[in-house]
Amino acid sequence: MNISFTRTRWLAAGAAVLILAAGCGSSSATPTAASSHAPPVLKVALITPSATNDLAFSQAMYAALQSLQAKDDLKISVQDNMFVVSDAANAMQEFASQGYNLIIANGSQYGSTVQQLAAKYPKVSFAWGTAGSTYGLKNVFAYQAAANEGGYVQGYMAGLLSKKKVIGVIGPINVGDAQLYTGGFKAGALAADQHATVHLSFTGSFSDVSLMASAAKSYVSEGADVLTGSSQSVVGAIGVAKSDNVAWFGTQWDQSSLAPADVVSSQAYNWVPVLSQIFTAIRAGKLGGATYTITLKNGGEKIEFNPGYQLPASVKAAGESVAGKIESGAITPPQ
Amino acid sequence: MSHFFTAAVLSATIASGIALGAPLLLAALGETVGQRSGVLNLGVDGIMLLAAFGAYLVALRTGSIGWGVLVALAIGVVMGLITAFINVTIGAEQGISGIGIYIAALGLSGLLFERYVGTPTPITNSRGPFVAVHIPLLDRIPYLGTMLFKQNILVYAALLLVPALTYVLHHTTYGMNVHAAGENPAAADSLGVSVTRVRYTAVIFGSTMAGLAGASLLILDGIFQENLTQGAGFIAVALVYFGGWRPAGVALGALLYGLTGSVILTWKTLGIIPLSLSDLAATAPAVIVVLALLFLVGRYRQPAALGKPYRRQ
Amino acid sequence: MSQPEGASRGRALAAAAPLGGWRAVFNRWLILPAAAIGALVIGAVIIAAMGANPLTGYHALISGAFGGSYQLASTAVKAVPLLLVGVGICISFRANVLNIGGEGQLVMGGLASAATALVLPNLPGFVLIPLVLLAGAAGGAIWGAIPGAFKAYRGVNEVLSTIMLNLVAVQLMNYLLAGPMIDRTESFAVVGRIPQTRLLSPNSWLPIIVPGTQLHLGVVIAVLVAVAAWVLLRQTGFGFRIRAVGLSTDAASYAGMAVKRTTMLALTLSGAMCGLAGTMLVFGSISHRMVTDGSLTGFTGSDGYYGIVVALFAGLSPLWTILSAFLFGGLLVGGVSMGIALNVPYSSDLVTTIVGLIVCFVVALDAVRRRSGLPAGAAGPASVRELLTRGWLRRDDARATAVAQAASGQGAAEQPVPGQASPEPAAAADQAGEAQP
Repeated sequence: MNISFTRTRWLAAGAAVLILAAGCGSSSATPTAASSHAPPVLKVALITPSATNDLAFSQAMYAALQSLQAKDDLKISVQDNMFVVSDAANAMQEFASQGYNLIIANGSQYGSTVQQLAAKYPKVSFAWGTAGSTYGLKNVFAYQAAANEGGYVQGYMAGLLSKKKVIGVIGPINVGDAQLYTGGFKAGALAADQHATVHLSFTGSFSDVSLMASAAKSYVSEGADVLTGSSQSVVGAIGVAKSDNVAWFGTQWDQSSLAPADVVSSQAYNWVPVLSQIFTAIRAGKLGGATYTITLKNGGEKIEFNPGYQLPASVKAAGESVAGKIESGAITPPQ
Repeated sequence: MSHFFTAAVLSATIASGIALGAPLLLAALGETVGQRSGVLNLGVDGIMLLAAFGAYLVALRTGSIGWGVLVALAIGVVMGLITAFINVTIGAEQGISGIGIYIAALGLSGLLFERYVGTPTPITNSRGPFVAVHIPLLDRIPYLGTMLFKQNILVYAALLLVPALTYVLHHTTYGMNVHAAGENPAAADSLGVSVTRVRYTAVIFGSTMAGLAGASLLILDGIFQENLTQGAGFIAVALVYFGGWRPAGVALGALLYGLTGSVILTWKTLGIIPLSLSDLAATAPAVIVVLALLFLVGRYRQPAALGKPYRRQ
Repeated sequence: MSQPEGASRGRALAAAAPLGGWRAVFNRWLILPAAAIGALVIGAVIIAAMGANPLTGYHALISGAFGGSYQLASTAVKAVPLLLVGVGICISFRANVLNIGGEGQLVMGGLASAATALVLPNLPGFVLIPLVLLAGAAGGAIWGAIPGAFKAYRGVNEVLSTIMLNLVAVQLMNYLLAGPMIDRTESFAVVGRIPQTRLLSPNSWLPIIVPGTQLHLGVVIAVLVAVAAWVLLRQTGFGFRIRAVGLSTDAASYAGMAVKRTTMLALTLSGAMCGLAGTMLVFGSISHRMVTDGSLTGFTGSDGYYGIVVALFAGLSPLWTILSAFLFGGLLVGGVSMGIALNVPYSSDLVTTIVGLIVCFVVALDAVRRRSGLPAGAAGPASVRELLTRGWLRRDDARATAVAQAASGQGAAEQPVPGQASPEPAAAADQAGEAQP
């Protein structure tokens, strides 16, 4: 094997370096693993597919966790940008084996990993969302957002607000949270004005900012004067709304900072009540088996109006009235 | 469908197609020069990402997109120097080094973004040459004016680069030297051409254009996010092969790709393509580019020394 | 490969080492570790600049990858798709076909195998598992055959077509997983459906071979495939034709070989390996579903690109790819552990950066080592450096070269010698020909 000289050498050398580094590391590292049963400190791991500052899905959960850190005595470990499902699975596995009390799998694509790992680590609690199923497991919590509710309210306001009666709605893929929000928005807009043209399209990607921006531009060139969109890639579309001075409705997180003059309102998720309930349950020894839904009624979803936007009082009042009707059950937004 | 064939929508669609194709065109033209000199640079996407981030950070901090573009160019030059050092001076395997540069730049741009910006904020780009430069008189031509003569300055730069590069590559001594370095470096060397110098300049030019492409993409999107390019640099590399290493062919490919993308997008937003087929329709630019090449007549051979490091005896 | 060749190469090395003792030792043995250390040092500086402890990080990286049986098993599982893609790359690159389409082929393999398991859930495992593996290989093979045929029969460059087919594959995946193949068994009334298949039939799961770990049968299959590919390339007529075509299509066709068919088959086979890798990602996963987040990387973890690096580091030998894939898998698995240990919000970017730096450093210093260890023109070792070009020469390809030369009648002038750029009549002729394309 003549070539093998080259290859053996570097491969062997590589292995040697790794072993060397392992030696160096182990001499200085301090073991941190501590397994305790009734935890005074709750060790919580968050695994989430996008960045924790995405002004959308991941940030909503991260911020809620942060705000509870002191009060609930949490040790928080975060793995963000885990969009590769198998990497996320490895991370969850690692957290589970390190004795974390709660692993939050903040992405519907992690569900089946949770399903398998929860069975393997019955003493670890898992929280999975957004999702409506605990797979019947006793150590899995599920959490979800009735995104169609806020979508409907904001769509209704959009229908009233639009002067040209052309509204653009952009999603990533027509599934899950995005499907609910965009569907609710469209229905709301048509309820406000049945003659409005509501364009709905999907880019095919949760992360492609350019595609979102192009879709938004396309809507604007077709005369849309109100836009909305879902997923962490909306920042591109909000940029278009800002430069073309078109009204924008946000979701998942208060997006006013992205375009202070053009964001009308945002449907903000507040996971604090859900997380509090989960922490309380875990401290009481209940590791799962419940599904929590944030809605307008229970305060987990809130329409955050942007004070920088001059929204006509009548439109705001109409929106708040629709929200009240959804809370009372007089209106049921489509799912 | 009838809604689409209104002149206003059509010209807006074509204008947006040209704008979409411009970053690809810039990067692909740069890669064309590098490949003609014999250096394959697979790191284009990474260079675009770093440059886009640099432009974003500077535009955000100074409020000036012009400074951002300059920084993007500077990052392109630096990355070109690094790329050329690894590929030309050291003579590393170009396929691996390019992927290495891409991966490192992908991580680094994300890392720097998280560290120094954190919360995504759009840049302000409401007027000036990076929004639109109206070409006097020509922009008043009905429809055609919107399509061609109200683009931002980088789009014009990309389009003007096509004839300029064609001239440089085919009618100047430097162009001949690039060709010689890519086809038969030993012969070029024996005629007194410094293969190293030619390849360095070609790689640095290519990387600088990738930097400009990154800035151009940033201006198009108005904001930076991790992996902003979504593989646009790899598409640019593919377009070099589409164009047969000629600027005009590359331009044809980039415009075809951009236009198809923009037509599909318009059809989606107009509801001409049903939601259920939305994902399938998104494959159209890639499919059409392959089919176009499949049924085009002319075929071109790649530079003979492409990917081969040269060392004098 | 014959003994005398190795011996003669050893002599060539010894004779061609004008360097001083220490420098020679450094070049031979220490430059690659130095490369890895260099990359890790830069990585350490970045980690420190971000306010974390590099030693903590690297300790976690090593122990997370190789620190115990569970970790070793995870590394082996991560190495499976890398190895299979790498083997596919060995085959196609040897035929001088640049398959950049591993990502798309992984996806098509995953889709075809998942669809098979969805349609035939009740077959017993010993039937269903082979069937699923075959379906995955077939899915990838089709996605390799298309650019293969385009290249062979229409002259469409495969770099273009494979990159473009990646873009097609991701949207096909999004369409199928959000449409025809979506999970309709679970009720997701409030949150809407997830773009994923339902839990695939347990009969189709790759059996775990070491209880308590994730180590599944795929590891064995991948190693067997690598050995089979080695035999194929080394011992069969088809493998011989692949290498001959890779050296010189002109010479191979003079020798009467079916160049077009060989080119197409090489890319098809390469695609099949990648498709098999995609199958492993679905049926060897923790989750046993196929799920999309809308991006290629979300499913493949970039294995289609990493596999190229793995194969090139292994000098395009399927056997060495086994070790190369294992080490690279360790880097990726350990990277996740490092991120957890450092507990900084941008740890995934940090890991990506360090992986990229290691690739750059190792490839650059490998070139330095090879160059300073061997004078130009020496009968050097086969080098990764001649890859991605028309016709790189490996000493063990001497037989193929001899045939090619004899057939083409061009003699030594056609022979590309690593590190030596001799005037090439063929290139000059091409150059003349390019004037009127």
